[in-house]
Amino acid sequence: MEQSAYKPGEHPNLPPPSNTVGPIAWVRANLLSSPTNIVLTVLSVWFLYEIIPATLEWAFLDAAFTGESRDECRAKAGGACWAFIGERFNLFTYGFYPADERWRIDLTFVLLCVALLPVLWDRCPFRKYGLYFACAFPFVAGWLLLGGFGLTPVGTDEFGGFMLTLVIGVTGITFSLPIGIILALGRQSDMLIVRVFSIWFIEFFRGVPLITLLFVASTMLNYFLPAGTTFDLLLRVLIMVTLFASAYMAEVIRGGLQALPRGQYEAADSMGLKYWTSMRLIILPQALKISIPGIVNTFIGLYKDTTLVIIIGLLDPLGVGRSSLADTKWTGLSNEMYLFVAIFFFISCFGMSRYSLYLEKKLATGYER
Amino acid sequence: MSETVAVPPQRNAISRLWNDKESRSVIIQVITISLVFAFMAYIIHNAVVNLQAIGKGFSYNFLWQPSSYDINQHLIEYDSRSTHFRAMLVGILNTILVAICGIVLASIVGFLLGVLRLSKNWIINRLAYCYIEYVRNVPVLLHILLVHGLIVHAFPVPRQAISIGDVTFMTNRGIFSPKPIYEPLFLVVIALFLLALAFMWWFRRYAQKVQDETGQHYPVFWIGLGTVIGVPLVFFFLLGSPITWDVPELKGFNFAGGMVVRPEFIALLLALSLYTAAFIGEIVRAGILGVYYGQTEASYALGINRGRTLSLVVIPQALRIIVPPLTSQYLNLMKNSSLAVAIGYMDIVATIGGISLNQTGREMECMIIVLTLYLVMSLIISMIMNWYNRHIKLVER
Repeated sequence: MEQSAYKPGEHPNLPPPSNTVGPIAWVRANLLSSPTNIVLTVLSVWFLYEIIPATLEWAFLDAAFTGESRDECRAKAGGACWAFIGERFNLFTYGFYPADERWRIDLTFVLLCVALLPVLWDRCPFRKYGLYFACAFPFVAGWLLLGGFGLTPVGTDEFGGFMLTLVIGVTGITFSLPIGIILALGRQSDMLIVRVFSIWFIEFFRGVPLITLLFVASTMLNYFLPAGTTFDLLLRVLIMVTLFASAYMAEVIRGGLQALPRGQYEAADSMGLKYWTSMRLIILPQALKISIPGIVNTFIGLYKDTTLVIIIGLLDPLGVGRSSLADTKWTGLSNEMYLFVAIFFFISCFGMSRYSLYLEKKLATGYER
Repeated sequence: MSETVAVPPQRNAISRLWNDKESRSVIIQVITISLVFAFMAYIIHNAVVNLQAIGKGFSYNFLWQPSSYDINQHLIEYDSRSTHFRAMLVGILNTILVAICGIVLASIVGFLLGVLRLSKNWIINRLAYCYIEYVRNVPVLLHILLVHGLIVHAFPVPRQAISIGDVTFMTNRGIFSPKPIYEPLFLVVIALFLLALAFMWWFRRYAQKVQDETGQHYPVFWIGLGTVIGVPLVFFFLLGSPITWDVPELKGFNFAGGMVVRPEFIALLLALSLYTAAFIGEIVRAGILGVYYGQTEASYALGINRGRTLSLVVIPQALRIIVPPLTSQYLNLMKNSSLAVAIGYMDIVATIGGISLNQTGREMECMIIVLTLYLVMSLIISMIMNWYNRHIKLVER
């Protein structure tokens, strides 16, 4: 009998059939499993074939990296003209900040990275001191950027470019989280008046577009201040952006507060903890953990919304780019400019969303299998 | 027996009030309310004083003065002699137009993206992922400006228009297409269409009832298509096509006559809906993944086929997860339409909050109108979506 070539238990491990493992099987299962799938695969391969080589050609192979004007670029190559970005790079980064003082922006950026490190990375050496520094950072940054106390004062109308984006973004993010937490707690409060005011505030700011709030800030906020007070435009914008973001933040955190089982609140009460102690030690750590994805989404939204300031005349990268396009030397290079700005925003926002995923994984306390 | 309970130390009245939960809550609320009212009174007082100082009253009379500016896209009669109020109405209609078209387009593309993102086909899945990540991580204003630039640069000037069958022309000044002019007999067709809709509404309920009682199934969809589209179409031709077309013609440097869809509108619509679609795609994916797989298996076990499993089992349950975040995406789209001002589409912000404001110098009045309009629109969308949410919600005990 042929089957008895091996004794029971001594049959060698044979390799799996070649049509279930390996690249061919993978292609079969993932790309060609049904007629619809075959059609979709063919269509998307064709699409990629049309797009990728053309894009590469435009952006790299047939692109001009040096040149003094658009015409010079065009004479060299038919694709993108990156010389435009190269020449305007300082404007894109620093805005109209005086050239001699630009080291202050660089230093602020380095300090920002130093301050973020202990906040974002919990096994950072000397984390405690790092956190103290992070708390002091906004003041240091304000001093470095605005000047005074020994440094040449620089007006906020000279802020611009990526630096302006970072100023608005970081300020908004820093202040909208605590205000959002307070609003969310206010909305959940037992006290009628506090609750009603919180709801009004949140619903008002969520109900109107940010651009109208910025218009309010730029056109009529001065009416509400005592006669004669002047109020810096950038500061007005910062306040509006922060309030706007904190209304969204409040709703995200309210979601987290509501998702907590009632027992957590009762347990905190039965321990005899006072309101703020129970919030600080029991409720908020859990609620904030649940709402991390939403919080980071709000951050990303705020960061992207900083571009709207160009509509009231501040020059963020998009504004710098648009005014550079008006220069006859570089006119008509909008694709290069938009791509450049888009890459900047993509890197920052994608980075934030990846970090949020990492944080979620790190804080997951094992309810999932 | 002697009482050994310690006598609590006497505390002063304020500290007692503060340590009592109820009285403390009253105190906090009184403080809050007085602070808020004091703040309101302060800024209103400042506003009154400031307005008086520069000699501006607070009045809405300017709304009835001639606006003396043109709006290129108006759904109702409008010219530069019309009032500011009418300009505002034109702006509202333009905002509503782009919001509704955008919501419809974004939902369709978004659902498609969500499904593609769940596809087992690796390439399609990755393509959808790349698209979603790119779109979500780049500001919407950049998308709007980019799409507008592409449309204006990519389409030819009217003289070299791309012609589709010599009736529709695509140019960088917009898409010109024939405009229908209705004859009186067309009313009959419209009436028939409405009647057919009413009949279908009744028939759907009737078919449901019959199916519940007897199990007999009517092909409601095909009957519906026949009545709603077919019957008016047949009568349309029987009545001798009671429609004439006003075809656009090239006159001088631009087209005259016909209907025109402006490039600003196309750019805004495309950018807003493609942007929002990426978010909706992720919401749809999360919703479908959120339906426990056992539901699908149970449905297969009952012998229900794939299509019906999706439409009767998975999607109704997924909708419960999808609808609340979907609502906020719709609201975002509506609010983002205010970025129209960057490319010159004449919506609320550009008309009453832009040109009218600059011409009359009535910042306060104009901004109050704009803010109120957006609040009302947000409220209406929330109400509709909340009604829909209640409609599809799980009926619990």
